[in-house]
Amino acid sequence: MMGMTMTQKILAAGAGLDSVRAGDLIESELNLVLGNDITAPVAIREMDRFTKKGVFDKDKIALVPDHFVPAKDIKSAENCKCVREFARKNRITNYFEVGEMGIEHALLPERGLVSPGDVIIGADSHTCTYGALGAFATGVGSTDMAAGMASGKAWFKVPSAIRFLLKGSLQPPVSGKDVILHIIGMIGVDGALYQSMEFTGEGVASLSMDDRFTICNMAIEAGAKNGIFPVDEAALAYEKEHGARPGKIFEADADAEYTAEYEIDLSKIKPTVAFPHLPENARTFDDIPDIPVDQVVIGSCTNGRISDLRAAAMILQGRHIAKGMRCIVIPATNKIYLQAMEEGLIKTFLEAGAVVSTPTCGPCLGGYMGILAAGERCVSTTNRNFVGRMGDVTSEIYLASPATAAASALCGKIADPTAFTGGTYERS
Amino acid sequence: MKEAEGRVFCFGENVDTDVIIPARYLASSEPEVLAAHCMEDIDASFAGKVRNGDIIVAGKNFGCGSSREHAPLAIKAAGVCCVIAPTFARIFYRNAINIGLPIVECAEAAREIREGDIVSVDFESGMITDETTGKTFRGQAFPPFMQKIIDAGGLINYVNSK
Repeated sequence: MMGMTMTQKILAAGAGLDSVRAGDLIESELNLVLGNDITAPVAIREMDRFTKKGVFDKDKIALVPDHFVPAKDIKSAENCKCVREFARKNRITNYFEVGEMGIEHALLPERGLVSPGDVIIGADSHTCTYGALGAFATGVGSTDMAAGMASGKAWFKVPSAIRFLLKGSLQPPVSGKDVILHIIGMIGVDGALYQSMEFTGEGVASLSMDDRFTICNMAIEAGAKNGIFPVDEAALAYEKEHGARPGKIFEADADAEYTAEYEIDLSKIKPTVAFPHLPENARTFDDIPDIPVDQVVIGSCTNGRISDLRAAAMILQGRHIAKGMRCIVIPATNKIYLQAMEEGLIKTFLEAGAVVSTPTCGPCLGGYMGILAAGERCVSTTNRNFVGRMGDVTSEIYLASPATAAASALCGKIADPTAFTGGTYERS
Repeated sequence: MKEAEGRVFCFGENVDTDVIIPARYLASSEPEVLAAHCMEDIDASFAGKVRNGDIIVAGKNFGCGSSREHAPLAIKAAGVCCVIAPTFARIFYRNAINIGLPIVECAEAAREIREGDIVSVDFESGMITDETTGKTFRGQAFPPFMQKIIDAGGLINYVNSK
């Protein structure tokens, strides 16, 4: 029997099979089904079409209004109402109202809803974030979400995998964001199409959990079905701290087959910026001219976690953003917001001339809270720099780490964060 | 499965879901609204030009980006009866099957077919014919499992039938 990748082992277990091979079509049990205020209303309307009524398990569905909340307009309010009423009617345990919600992919791990070995679908493309905890998690559409809520199952084509062997450790202020932008720059926006990205090697231990969440989060930007990390002590400590159910730890077989292998020396990764209009347009500061910037966004499911805010605050502390610059900071959950406040980070942001928002996906997808006008440029810690993503079709988005974003806010142009830290940067 | 035949609109590589249907319209999921803004940020005139039965031919990785089902819904509601591309982003691929928007993977067809050509597609065999030039191409037919979902009229009917 041929060896299996970590992802294949999880899917085999989910489907109740001894083994699976790339290309097999399987049906797996689901441990969690997720939706938000954009995708869940479409799924909820579809639920009426099932002959079997109700949801498969009220504890295994998570509904997180996070994209356009607090409601930005009447239509958004109606969508939120639809999700709220569905949650109430079906007694959904994990419905998170404004005040307890957060950006879904930061919130679910924080609430202990993700365990190693889980099979998770979410009607949001960045559901792949949870691979950081050794779960198989992938984004789907609203109809898949509806079928998942009704039946507790989903069909999958078993993916092949690309292996990324990580070695060395990151040199501050380089972070997980720089790693994943570097990788997408290397393999392209369809470099892992239909495949898993499996991260492994001795370098994994040097990455914080927040770095791993960021790296898995953007696996979809390389076209991947999922990204996944092995479950090590750091992952188990995270799970314990957040009260997650005990999961099942899977490891790739030694003879697992990969379609490609890349060795990544973390110590050689530099601060990286993805230029408009694709995440694969990655450049380092060896190759970045002076580009004036109008706005900086620090937040999102990619980079709104506490270590992201610390990285930004460390650069902004005691300094002020450039005249005419708008800097918007968005802690990803209320818990992160509170922690940032207790650590003094919020004070640092406000004193530096930034604004701090309640958790929302808002600006990342051009919803609200920082829309760009014609021709404006934004350095953003979000995940996509497509045409018109954050506003006018002639605006430009430069994807970067929180440190690079903070440095850019200070300089009024895309700026290397190394200049502000002297390379001696205390990491969380 | 039935054939499709229509006039072609061509698009480039990596057409993402943000240009297929910009997020500023996502508060709505009514087909007419989505259709009216389909492809707006890549070709603002598309929604006004596209007619029922037309076909989209595009470059690799069509539909990359978000999981919004509004994207294939917008294309279907605009009247497009088939999308041909060398590859599709995986969530878009799933969503298209689940909502019943036929798609065919074929690199050669995507390279050769020109804007305005009349093209027919036989979904069962994956055969694509450019009626304007007379060229034929063999696209990737759906595996039987996915064909079953399509034949059932989408995922929900398929789940109901089990």
